[in-house]
Amino acid sequence: MNTENKDVLFGPIHLKNPITLQVLGICSALAVTSKLETALVMSGALTAVLISSNVVISMLRNKIPSSIRVITQLAIIASLVIVADQVMKAYLFDVSKQLTVFVGLIITNCIVMGRAEAFAMANPPGKSALDGLGNSIGYAAILIFVGFFRELLGSGTLMDKQVLGDWYQPNGLMVMSPGAFFLIGLLIWAQRAYSSELNENE
Amino acid sequence: MKFLRKKLDAVAPLFEKGGKFEKYYPLYEAGDSFMFSSAHRTQSGPHVRDVIDLKRMMTMVVIALMPTLLWAMFNHGYQTQLANSSYGLTADMAITPGIICDSLWMGLLKFLPIYIVTVVAGGTIEAIFSVVRKHEINEGFLVTSMLFPLIVPASIPLWQVAVGIMFGTLIGKEVFGGTGMNILNPALTGRLFLFIAYPAQISGDVWNIYPSVESGLQVDGHTGATALAEFYTNGAAALNDMNWMDSFLGLTGGSFAETSTLACLIGAVILIATGIGSWRIMLSTLLGMIGMTLLLNFFAPPEVLPDGSLVEHHYMFIDWTWHLVVGGFAFGTVFMATDPVSAAQTDTGKWIYGAMIGILTIIVRVLNPAYPEGMMIAIIFMNIFAPTIDYYVVKANITRREKRLGIQ
Repeated sequence: MNTENKDVLFGPIHLKNPITLQVLGICSALAVTSKLETALVMSGALTAVLISSNVVISMLRNKIPSSIRVITQLAIIASLVIVADQVMKAYLFDVSKQLTVFVGLIITNCIVMGRAEAFAMANPPGKSALDGLGNSIGYAAILIFVGFFRELLGSGTLMDKQVLGDWYQPNGLMVMSPGAFFLIGLLIWAQRAYSSELNENE
Repeated sequence: MKFLRKKLDAVAPLFEKGGKFEKYYPLYEAGDSFMFSSAHRTQSGPHVRDVIDLKRMMTMVVIALMPTLLWAMFNHGYQTQLANSSYGLTADMAITPGIICDSLWMGLLKFLPIYIVTVVAGGTIEAIFSVVRKHEINEGFLVTSMLFPLIVPASIPLWQVAVGIMFGTLIGKEVFGGTGMNILNPALTGRLFLFIAYPAQISGDVWNIYPSVESGLQVDGHTGATALAEFYTNGAAALNDMNWMDSFLGLTGGSFAETSTLACLIGAVILIATGIGSWRIMLSTLLGMIGMTLLLNFFAPPEVLPDGSLVEHHYMFIDWTWHLVVGGFAFGTVFMATDPVSAAQTDTGKWIYGAMIGILTIIVRVLNPAYPEGMMIAIIFMNIFAPTIDYYVVKANITRREKRLGIQ
């Protein structure tokens, strides 16, 4: 793999992370991360949708008239999301119920739209798939981090199994969405403290 | 003092530039300037000459807190003994010098651990940031660490005290850049965190009294509703069992410092006389509270009994003299709302800011079904709006002056 492809794949994990640096997809990162399981399933669903939408749009990129490209992209993404939603309803019904509207809302997830418009429309399918995978990993990493700590601190459990003993008193703030705000905020802080090139010049 | 000075001077080279512990200079500086006035001179203009610096200002706030602190300790001990007497363990509860001494001692035993945990836990965060950011340990923490233990209930577990003050110092202050940069009051941020995260211990409607084992009393704990919780469930009918003077003096259950309005008033006098607390904020908060209460009194719906007679039982009938003395209103107005960093800075802004705190407090207390006490929420809420208020006040002033000059 050459350096350019490496950058496409691994860049979005830290230096171009879609959630903590581009601040996209925040809505689902706050809403579905109260438990680790939902965070994992959501990450999986987004990965499937993002990679396939990037590939499909990339293959059609020379055929899509630019004046109607957004609606075309939306039609493709929406079809893929419906497929993902149906698959989850068939095989992961309980989790799918917990995720409520948020699977359907992948359609409006800015990461999917953003990658389609910014990357897939200008690059070949192979590279677009790599880009989709990289961004999904970046998204999943944050979701799993937030979901892990919210479930651990908020309920003392992980994947619905009691991890912390009776001595632990659940922290009610972590179960609420503001808890995710604090965690993501602290993560952004840590990331910028670690890589000083991310700081804006004053 | 000479001895101390010599000792400090002896270790000073270790901490100064090039010394062994150069990194930890903020720790040395904190100890040094806590005991002696700073030798630091402003390097360049403008030179503002004042006898009082930030450290003395913060010390003055701590002095103003002393009546409240003493009362908090006395009242905690007194309530404990009162609870014991209600279980028949102590016979007589007339206030005698003996009872006062006992109460103060019991209160001290309860308060001191909470205070020490606050200073150690919050101070650690403060010290880490001072070392990393290479600035001096700010004296603001002296006040924060004094305020925080005073606004928690006596029954709070010590680990929650530590978590609360660490959150308050970190999220309430350090993420914004430290003392002087914070948009929220750090002590209140810590309390709000505990309030949301562990509502069972600090929900504000129940106050537990745990007599200390050392005092030889046998009751493990006593749970009593605070006045606000009584209002909340019984409305104005709760007033039948209450004595206004007791609430004013502070002989009631509640978080450490919130019970006594009198002690807060003494603190207010000290703060206003020394020019440290803003009288505009205190007065406007009071006026906002009175105005909102009068409005609610006016619209309060009387309850119609089956025989057609009317009773005034609704919460909305409770008048402002009661709202003044119950809950944390007095303490919040005097010591929390006036925080010079998180409050509005302009004079007009202070009036708006204070009035809104008073109004919101009453709205949350009377009309909100979720929380019995609204002071903390109202202050934090207005802390967030303070910069916006200032912005519009300054802008209005510019527009007014431009009009006068005929530019606009």
